[in-house]
Amino acid sequence: MEDLLRVEQLTKVYSFGSITSRVQLLAADNVSFAIKPGEIFVLAGESGCGKTTTAKMILGFEEPTSGTIVYKDREKVKHEKVWFTEAVQAIFQDPFGTFNPLRTVDRYFFETVQNYKLAQGEEAAIQFIDRTLRMVGLTYGEFAGKYPSEFSGGQLQRISIARALLTSPTLLIADEPVSMVDASLRMSIVNLFNKLAAELGMSVLYITHDLATAYYVCDRIAIMFRGNIVEMGGVEEVLMNPRHPYTQLLRESIPQADPAMRWKGRVNLNETEETEYLRQGCKFAGRCPAVMDRCIHEVPADIHVGDVLVKCHLYAGNGAPEQAEKIGLHGSFSTP
Amino acid sequence: MNNIILSTEQLKTFYVLEVRGDRKVVKAVNDVRLEIYENEIYGIAGESGCGKSTLLKALAGVIEPPLRLIEGKVIYHVNGEAVDISTLDAEAMRRLRWEYVSYVPQGSMSVLNPVRKVKDTYQDFIVSHVDSKSRDEAFTLAGEHIAALGLPPQVMEAYPHQMSGGMRQRVTIALAALLKPNIIIADEPTTALDVVVQRGVVQLLVDIQQKLGNTIILVTHDMGVHANVADRIGIMYAGKIVEEAPTEIIFSESLHPYTQYLINSLPRFGDKSTRESVPGSPPSLIDLPSGCSFHPRCPFAMDICREETPATVAVNPHHKVACWLTEEGYGRLA
Repeated sequence: MEDLLRVEQLTKVYSFGSITSRVQLLAADNVSFAIKPGEIFVLAGESGCGKTTTAKMILGFEEPTSGTIVYKDREKVKHEKVWFTEAVQAIFQDPFGTFNPLRTVDRYFFETVQNYKLAQGEEAAIQFIDRTLRMVGLTYGEFAGKYPSEFSGGQLQRISIARALLTSPTLLIADEPVSMVDASLRMSIVNLFNKLAAELGMSVLYITHDLATAYYVCDRIAIMFRGNIVEMGGVEEVLMNPRHPYTQLLRESIPQADPAMRWKGRVNLNETEETEYLRQGCKFAGRCPAVMDRCIHEVPADIHVGDVLVKCHLYAGNGAPEQAEKIGLHGSFSTP
Repeated sequence: MNNIILSTEQLKTFYVLEVRGDRKVVKAVNDVRLEIYENEIYGIAGESGCGKSTLLKALAGVIEPPLRLIEGKVIYHVNGEAVDISTLDAEAMRRLRWEYVSYVPQGSMSVLNPVRKVKDTYQDFIVSHVDSKSRDEAFTLAGEHIAALGLPPQVMEAYPHQMSGGMRQRVTIALAALLKPNIIIADEPTTALDVVVQRGVVQLLVDIQQKLGNTIILVTHDMGVHANVADRIGIMYAGKIVEEAPTEIIFSESLHPYTQYLINSLPRFGDKSTRESVPGSPPSLIDLPSGCSFHPRCPFAMDICREETPATVAVNPHHKVACWLTEEGYGRLA
């Protein structure tokens, strides 16, 4: 199937410091991935891994230092936004921050309808908005004239999804949409993504640090670490059989809601983000239990292991995957 | 079983708000009876706005207007002696605080003073709680304490903004544990942290608990964290503890429909079957539904649920539940 959105070698460099000691930090380093129509694609990683920077570049809030964003074979160019925002809509982390607390939420809907000329006249606009709201399980009646504070976080997040749906986008970019929503209501948002993908054939780029919901909802996943995609592939492969040591650490650290599956071993946290970003070779070398000499000096290449892309020296050359198994990476974050 | 270290009796603390003669009562903690033992990690779980943070405030003795103690008592069992903390004066309470009970508030990553080094914060703390004779000793202890908890010694010289969120959180927890309190109350200590960092913070809490053999009261809405560390869990809904049992029982044999929803809605690895959220949204604590507060969202609601509040029943000595289904003998639901 043809790709809906292709991101090619997207790089963002932030530089800071004085003129004499300039430090360059690669917030996103040659990030490439493609999203297919009707697919839920997850970009996962911890805070400060570059996932939001990537989303911002796709949405045009940040100018990429280099790289291209291609939507349906059409390259996105600066200052040419209208066709793109109509096709690609976004929702953000904090639903209370999305809406102005002093404005009723319905005004955002009318504004969008007007800006994109989606309906003629008020009657038609209300009907149009009501139809969209029903997709997220709300009605115009229960939302008209209300302020953001009158809704719960879960409701408000569904309202912001409905607002994004007004333009009938083909791609929804959701940046941490459930992290501010109560655990008991998270599934209502995540189930909505499934429904949108299944019923409307919409693609979703779901950006999250919550691997459990990612596993539940997505088709393919990319794990980011300090600006790099370190592992990418089908969700079953990546999360149930993680290959990159970082993915393994991440997977092991998720608290399982099962008292029989408590954490074993310990984690080491004493590296700062900055040291990791500025590291020469593999960014994970400072914490990796299987670190080798070359990891410190040489950036690993993207290696295909089956259908999964892994950025790790352990998998370089033939027979290396077995070597990784032999080291016994699983559970090796334990120190007695 | 261990001795009781903290208990409450019919605790009711409400926020009483008066705006131009209009009186509003937020029933944040409504008839809570708790018995917490020595040497255990007691978890409190529930949605936001269910009153869990208010309960912790009451347990820590921080009841300040508009929050008012309406009824009931919070009792500390200090050296085998029961002390009702509402009868203590400010000075006596101040002495108990940090030495007997310490409190890690929500968002504790921003409690550190941004213009002072961590060292200075420790100094303030030691000066106000330790006799002048042993202060030097306390400073040495603080350094050792930081090192023993696996934090780099340089943090003492750092300003809060130079540390990551996880590091600040761990420094705050280390501070709370400095005087070896018998009880540490932690309110959402890992919310807004990344998974690996969260694991590090929880690991620190558990280390402290094991080292001191004290009690930790841990509030978080993350059932995964509870499953990992808690010995017993209390499930809170609309100001009440609706179910309380050892962790294994909560996860495998819960009786209250709300607990069951809470646990069944969690996604699990290796299982992609559809998960449903708890239907509806949490009730407003100003205007609680009649009878059982959960009845508007409960699929098993009966007539009695709409009329009368269920009492808390002990199914067995360790497992308590407040639900008409249990009381009427319907037993475990599918």
